[in-house]
Amino acid sequence: MDENSNSREPLLSVRGIWKSFASVPVLRDVGLDVCPGEVLALLGENGAGKSTLLKIMTGIYQKDKGSIIYRGEPVDIDAPRVAQDLGISMIHQELTLLPNRTVAQNIFIGREPHKRGVLGRLGEVDTRAMNQKAEGVLDRVGSVASATDLLLELSTAQQQLVEIARTLASDAQVLLMDEPTSSLSAKQSQNLLKLIRELSAQGLCVVFTTHRLHEAFEVADRFAVLRDGEMVGTVAASNTTPNQVIQWMVGRPVSQRFPKREVEIGEMALVVHGLSGGMVEDVEFSLRKGEIIGFGGLVGAGRTETARLLFGADKAEAGEVILDGKVVDIQSPVDAVRAGIGLVPEDRKMQALILNLAVRQNMTLPALREKLSHNGVIDKRGVEKNIKHYIDRLNIHLRSPDQKVRFLSGGNQQKVVLSKWLMLSPRVLILDEPTRGIDVGAKAEIYQLIGELVQAGIGVILISSEMPELLGLSDRVVVMSEGRIQKILDRSEATPEVVMTYASIGHNTVEKVREQAA
Amino acid sequence: MQRLMRSPETGVLWAVLALGLGLTLSSEHFLTLSNLALVTRGFSFIAIAGLGASMVIITSGIDLSAGSVMGLAGIIAAFLSARGAGTVVAILGALAVGALVGLLNGFLISKAKMAPFIVTLGTLGIARGFVYVVTGGWPLQGFTDTALALGQGFILQIPVPVWIMLVLLFFWNWVLRRTTFGWYVYSIGGNEEAARLSGVPVDRVKILVYVLAGVMAALGGFLLTARLGLGECSAGLGYELDVIAACVIGGVSLDGGEGNVLGVVLGAALMGLLRNGLALLGVSAFWQQIVIGSVIIFAVLVDRIRVSRAASRA
Repeated sequence: MDENSNSREPLLSVRGIWKSFASVPVLRDVGLDVCPGEVLALLGENGAGKSTLLKIMTGIYQKDKGSIIYRGEPVDIDAPRVAQDLGISMIHQELTLLPNRTVAQNIFIGREPHKRGVLGRLGEVDTRAMNQKAEGVLDRVGSVASATDLLLELSTAQQQLVEIARTLASDAQVLLMDEPTSSLSAKQSQNLLKLIRELSAQGLCVVFTTHRLHEAFEVADRFAVLRDGEMVGTVAASNTTPNQVIQWMVGRPVSQRFPKREVEIGEMALVVHGLSGGMVEDVEFSLRKGEIIGFGGLVGAGRTETARLLFGADKAEAGEVILDGKVVDIQSPVDAVRAGIGLVPEDRKMQALILNLAVRQNMTLPALREKLSHNGVIDKRGVEKNIKHYIDRLNIHLRSPDQKVRFLSGGNQQKVVLSKWLMLSPRVLILDEPTRGIDVGAKAEIYQLIGELVQAGIGVILISSEMPELLGLSDRVVVMSEGRIQKILDRSEATPEVVMTYASIGHNTVEKVREQAA
Repeated sequence: MQRLMRSPETGVLWAVLALGLGLTLSSEHFLTLSNLALVTRGFSFIAIAGLGASMVIITSGIDLSAGSVMGLAGIIAAFLSARGAGTVVAILGALAVGALVGLLNGFLISKAKMAPFIVTLGTLGIARGFVYVVTGGWPLQGFTDTALALGQGFILQIPVPVWIMLVLLFFWNWVLRRTTFGWYVYSIGGNEEAARLSGVPVDRVKILVYVLAGVMAALGGFLLTARLGLGECSAGLGYELDVIAACVIGGVSLDGGEGNVLGVVLGAALMGLLRNGLALLGVSAFWQQIVIGSVIIFAVLVDRIRVSRAASRA
C-alpha cells in the first residue's frame, strides 16, 4: 500500500536501506521519499527503527547497504557535517544545546560570523552581526527569547525553538525531528505543530516521529509506518484512520485504545485539605477507592508539584492529608511509603530508576523494609517470589532479573517502575505522565494495568499532558493552573475545550497573547 | 560464579596472584612464613579501614579523614591505657572516637548538605590536630599486653589483625549483600534522588555509613598503633590515600553504586605486595612511591576500559 505524494519530486530519497547493530538487523530494505513542502510523520513502535532511519539520513549512523539520493544525485552521507552541508538537519529528542551559552551563540555554533580584518582572520567573532541574524531567525520560528538570553534561562519548549532556529540558520532544506513534542505541554505542542506547518509551507521538508497519533493526524500530509525495521507502507493522511495506522504499527487489530472498565468506586481513600507549598496553593480534593482522578493543566501548572507535596518529596507548608479516614503526617517519602502512597515520577531515568543497578534491586526498593525483610535481613525467597510474580504479570521483557535496568526498553523500564510500587500494595498511586516516550503496544498494557489497579481498589491519581489519555481514563478531572485547582470536572463534562479553558486561567504568557492575536 | 568471573575483582585477583608468583620467582625471601606474615599484617590495617571507606564511596561519598582517625584512635587507646584503663575500655574508646568523627562527617554531609570532600578534609585536620593536643607532640606508651598481642600476635601462625580483617570481610560482605541497609547503600550511590523517591531513608543511611567508616578506621588505627607498641603522632599520616586507592583498585567506583568489599582487600593486598616486593628487590622507597602511583592509574584505566566495553556490548 504505497502512495507517494502528489506531483512533487522528492528532495531526499533512501532506497534499500539495511542496518544492523551487533548482527541484529534494525532496518530491513527500507525506502522512503521526502518531498519539499510536505510534512511526513514517521510512525512506529519503540524499536521499529524510526530513530535509526533518521540518524542514517543525517549522518550519525552509517547504512550497511542501500543508497541515499539528494536532489537526484546519489550521495554518501558519512558524517553529520556532510548532511548539514547538504541542508539536512536533525532535532534530537534530547536537546543538544549548550546551556551556558547565549541563544545566538547556540544558533551559530560552528558557523560564527567573523569580523573583517586581521582579528577576524584570527577568529574574532562579530557578536553584533551574530545577534542581529539570530533575532531574525528567532522571529521566523515565533520565539519570544532574545539573542542574548542564556540558554539555561529558557524553558524546554523555548530551547527547542532555539534548536529549530539553529537548523534554519544553517539553511536546512530537510528538517528531521525525533519526538519533538515529548517534553512539551499540550499548548506548546500545538504551537510547535503550527510552526511545522508554516515551515513546510515555506518549502521545507519536515519529517517527524511521534507517539501521539492525534498530532500526526493534525499536521502531517503523509504517514510512513515502520514495523520491526520494515517499511509497512506510506499513505496520505486523508486516506486513513488512526485505527488503521495503529494496526500497521502493531501488526494486529487494537480493539480499544482506552479500556475503561466498570469499576465499583468505594469509600474515601484520600482526602486533601488546603495543601500548599512552593507554587502550589490551597489544593483540595478527594479520591475514592477504585477511582481514577486525572490532573490536567499546562506544563508548570503545579500538578507535579502537588504530587511531590503529597508524597513528601517536597516540604508542604500547610495542609492536611487524610488516608483511609486517618490523618497522616508526611514529611518525607519514607512516611509516604509507610502510609501506602506511591509515586511514579515524570522523569523515569533520573527519578524513578537506578540505571546501573539490576532489575531486582530497582523493583524491590520501596517494599524492602515493610515486606521483604525481617529485622533488616532480606528475605531472599520472598524477593525472588515477588520479582517473578510481577515480571510475569506485567509481561516484562528482560534477560534476567540481574540485568541492569538501563538495558531495558522504555516500556519495560516503566513496567519495572510500576511493579516496584505494586509490590508495596499501595492505597493510593500517583502516576505522573506514565506513558511518556512509550510505544503503542506497551501503552495499551499500561492502561490495562491501571484498569486492574483500580479494580483492586487502589485510588489512582493520573497526571497526563496527553488529552486523549487523560480524558479516556479519568473518572473525574482536576484542572490546575498557576498552582491552584481551577475546576474539578466530572467525566461526562470533561472535553478538551473545557479542560483547556480552565487550564489557561490567569495564564498571561506571551504565547497566549500571540495566539489570540493570530 | 559467572558474575564473579566478569567482575573487576577478578582482574585484581589475577594481578595479586601474578605479582605473588613473580615475587616468589625473583626473591628467595618472599615465600617465607615471616615475610608473608609481615606483608599481610602490613596491609591489614588499610584493608580494615577500607572496609568502612568502601561503603562511603559506594554511596558516592568520600572520606578523607580516615588516616587522621586511624592516628587519633590509636592515640586515644594509648592515652586510656596509660591511665590504667583496661584493654576493653581502650579499644572502646578508640572506636568511640571513630564513631564521633564519623557522626560529625555524616551529619554535616547529609543534613547540612555539605560536600563530602570538604567536610572530611576539615575533619582530617581536626582529628590530626587533636592527636597533637592530646600528646603534646610526644609518643604515648602504656598499652596492655592484650592490646599488644592483638596488634603484634599470631594465631595459628597468622597475624591476629589478618584474622580480624578476614572476619570483618565476611561480615561486611554479608551486610552489603543481604541486608536492607546494604541494598540502600548501593541504591543511594546509584541514584540518590531515585532512592529517596523510592522511600529509602537517605539521610539516616548516609550518617550511618560515615559512622561505620569512622569505626572501621578507628579499629585499623588501634591495631596499627598496637603493632607499633606506642601511640605515635604521625601514625596513619596520609593513610586515607592508601585506603581510597585500595578501594578504587579493588573495583569500588568513585562514581558510586558499584563495588564490593572483597575487591578492597585485594586492592590493599596488591599495594602491600608491591611495597614488599620492591623492598625485597632493593628498590629505593622513593621509586616505590612512583610505582604505587602508576599502579593506581593503571588499575583505574583498566576499569574504565572494562566499563565502556560492557556498555557497548549490551
